[in-house]
Amino acid sequence: MTELSKTGAAVGEPTGTSPAPTAFLEVRDLKVHFPTDDGLVKSVDGLSFQLEKGKTLGIVGESGSGKSVTSLGIMGLHTAGQYGRRKAQISGEIWLDGTELLSADPDQVRRLRGREMAMIFQDPLSALHPYFTIGHQIVEAYRVHHNVDKKVAKRRAVEMLDRVGIPQPDKRVDSYPHEFSGGMRQRAMIAMALVNNPELLIADEPTTALDVTVQAQILDLIRDLQKEFGSAVIIITHDLGVVAELSDDILVMYGGRCVERGPAEKVFYEPRHPYTWGLLGSMPRLDREQQERLIPVKGSPPSLINIPSGCAFNPRCPYADIPKDDLTRTVRPELAEVGSQHWAACHMTTEQRERIWTEEIAPKL
Amino acid sequence: MSIPAQSEGTVITKGDAAPGEILLKVSGLQKHFPIRKGLLQRQVGAVRAVDGIDFEVRAGETLGVVGESGCGKSTMGRLITRLLEPTAGTVEFEGKDITHLGVSGMRPLRRDVQMIFQDPYSSLNPRHTIGTIIGAPFRLQGVTPEGGIKKEVQRLLSVVGLNPEHYNRYPHEFSGGQRQRIGIARALALNPKLVVADEPVSALDVSIQAQVVNLLDDLQQELGLTYVIIAHDLSVVRHVSDRIAVMYLGKIVELADRESLYKAPMHPYTKALMSAVPIPDPRRKNAKSERILLKGDVPSPISPPSGCRFHTRCWKATQICTTTEPPLIELKPGQRVACHHPENFEDQAPQDTVLLSVAKEAAELVSDEVLAESAETSAAVAAEVAAEVEVAEDAAPEASEDEASEDEAPAKEK
Repeated sequence: MTELSKTGAAVGEPTGTSPAPTAFLEVRDLKVHFPTDDGLVKSVDGLSFQLEKGKTLGIVGESGSGKSVTSLGIMGLHTAGQYGRRKAQISGEIWLDGTELLSADPDQVRRLRGREMAMIFQDPLSALHPYFTIGHQIVEAYRVHHNVDKKVAKRRAVEMLDRVGIPQPDKRVDSYPHEFSGGMRQRAMIAMALVNNPELLIADEPTTALDVTVQAQILDLIRDLQKEFGSAVIIITHDLGVVAELSDDILVMYGGRCVERGPAEKVFYEPRHPYTWGLLGSMPRLDREQQERLIPVKGSPPSLINIPSGCAFNPRCPYADIPKDDLTRTVRPELAEVGSQHWAACHMTTEQRERIWTEEIAPKL
Repeated sequence: MSIPAQSEGTVITKGDAAPGEILLKVSGLQKHFPIRKGLLQRQVGAVRAVDGIDFEVRAGETLGVVGESGCGKSTMGRLITRLLEPTAGTVEFEGKDITHLGVSGMRPLRRDVQMIFQDPYSSLNPRHTIGTIIGAPFRLQGVTPEGGIKKEVQRLLSVVGLNPEHYNRYPHEFSGGQRQRIGIARALALNPKLVVADEPVSALDVSIQAQVVNLLDDLQQELGLTYVIIAHDLSVVRHVSDRIAVMYLGKIVELADRESLYKAPMHPYTKALMSAVPIPDPRRKNAKSERILLKGDVPSPISPPSGCRFHTRCWKATQICTTTEPPLIELKPGQRVACHHPENFEDQAPQDTVLLSVAKEAAELVSDEVLAESAETSAAVAAEVAAEVEVAEDAAPEASEDEASEDEAPAKEK
């Protein structure tokens, strides 16, 4: 890995004026827009965050909030090459270990992809090729980045399958994806993602398609593997329970932007954005006494073509009228620090939000 | 403890069944899907999707059904609505046996039993306006509501929180949550007595999910509906249900009131299932020890394990579990369990103490605290029971493996 980053340093020279960051992964003002016949879909519209090695960032949000587009953007899977049909417009900067990925040469990014950064997809059945054995697919992923013969690579594949807890790995390595159960397929995908010891692992809804008992096994596995390999992990999900289990930091997305970001404890116990309150109130919880009623967020998520002016959450926000001069409907709030390492984008003052949270929201949860 | 809104005494039930009366009774219900092979399509086996279940649904209540995928919960929903033909067993609705009624025999009953489907995208015909979709039940049943179908449909739309002016729109113009509301309006059109909802919210986003859950709650209060809600999400099921049935491989393993089930689950599977739910509380992140990790996957329903079906993954399994199927019996008032060695209760087969080797392996995944706690509560309950019946012998079931009773249960370790 190290020799790659060395050679990569020259290619990934910063194009803008901003200096190279110190964090392992830093995303600055990332925008991913898709032009369509109906207008420009602003899937991600100005997203910034940092992530250190050994840490886990949880990205939460509803469908269409731009979570998955962000992860695909980091992996460079949206880049409209000359053959690309999806001509996504991407801007901003993505720094991975000193290399800026968006301005880097596509070949360079391809060498990083799968080796320095790897991804676990939501649906293992559609992410695995049905014609090839599991072993073949893991071997392929390994040999792309390592100049070894097939035997060595296969031994490595068996080793990885064993590591992710597949019984009889030396036999199962020759199975086809359809011979595996859902949980085993997800394990095989994790084995494939980790076969090159990536330093950044992106898991996009890794357990959504799985049963709760299998989900517990997979979350356990991801946690153990992270301890073992010390990689940085981004976990994307809509399930706040999953995020709470795994993440050090949480980023809440709404309408393509980050509305709140901070350490997991802060976001759960002192959330400072009405949308985060809404998410927490919508969720029936097993660890609490039975709630009388859930507190849903009214309305539905915004269309990304027509994002509401001002704060994107304003049509659904019960507190939209608190800031003066119709600020919520005219000016887009920027992320502002509300505590140490804790940011939220809201026009209400920190005191107002603190009061609403402690007096109105928290007692009902 | 707050009394959930739906079980308040003010519920007005439509039709003949008074609240609390048995509306639907299912006994010995089975559904085996044949597997055919070869030129002659000879039957070589069967998927035992539902394999002998008994329960009843009382008027005005909500019965939640949980289980992992493949446990037969959806098949069960389709059997009680008679969308599938049962292999064996009976289904009684309001005291009338409807197990083998034909299409025309079922037609009048279709008014009373309605279904809400999981996927709001595939359960609405894209070529029909929502006015046509919600009005279809009236046309099929030959009912003309007061004021005409259109007026009634518009009323239903406003009942489920949609704009009545959207009568002429098509399903694609609506979001997922709105479509699910359309599905609910259609189910409510004929004033049903029983609504079977198969994963009504699992396709929806969290914030929308809460809207639909609250809507179902309100409708039950207003219309006195009876629900059977099938879902895999245990927190949603707890929120909506009065009683809950836990299914595993085509069988009900535990059927209890919500409170008893969540406070003191008796079947080890229920306990494992509940401990696996991720808790949205980062302070518990390192409290991994509370979790019971089950090994492997659910066995195939084509050839389910002998005896208790859970014995291949259970950390308490003994010899008797492999040979004798535990009956679903009422151990505590309102809590029926099918287990030889229940949690939080007196052991049903105390003489049998030799753990199977699979159980030992499984127990390695269960932390010592959980085992100790379960031993403690079981011993406490056992002592209580022993004191009650004044049995002199020590009924504590937690004899260690070495002190195994040799004669009754010869250790058969594979």
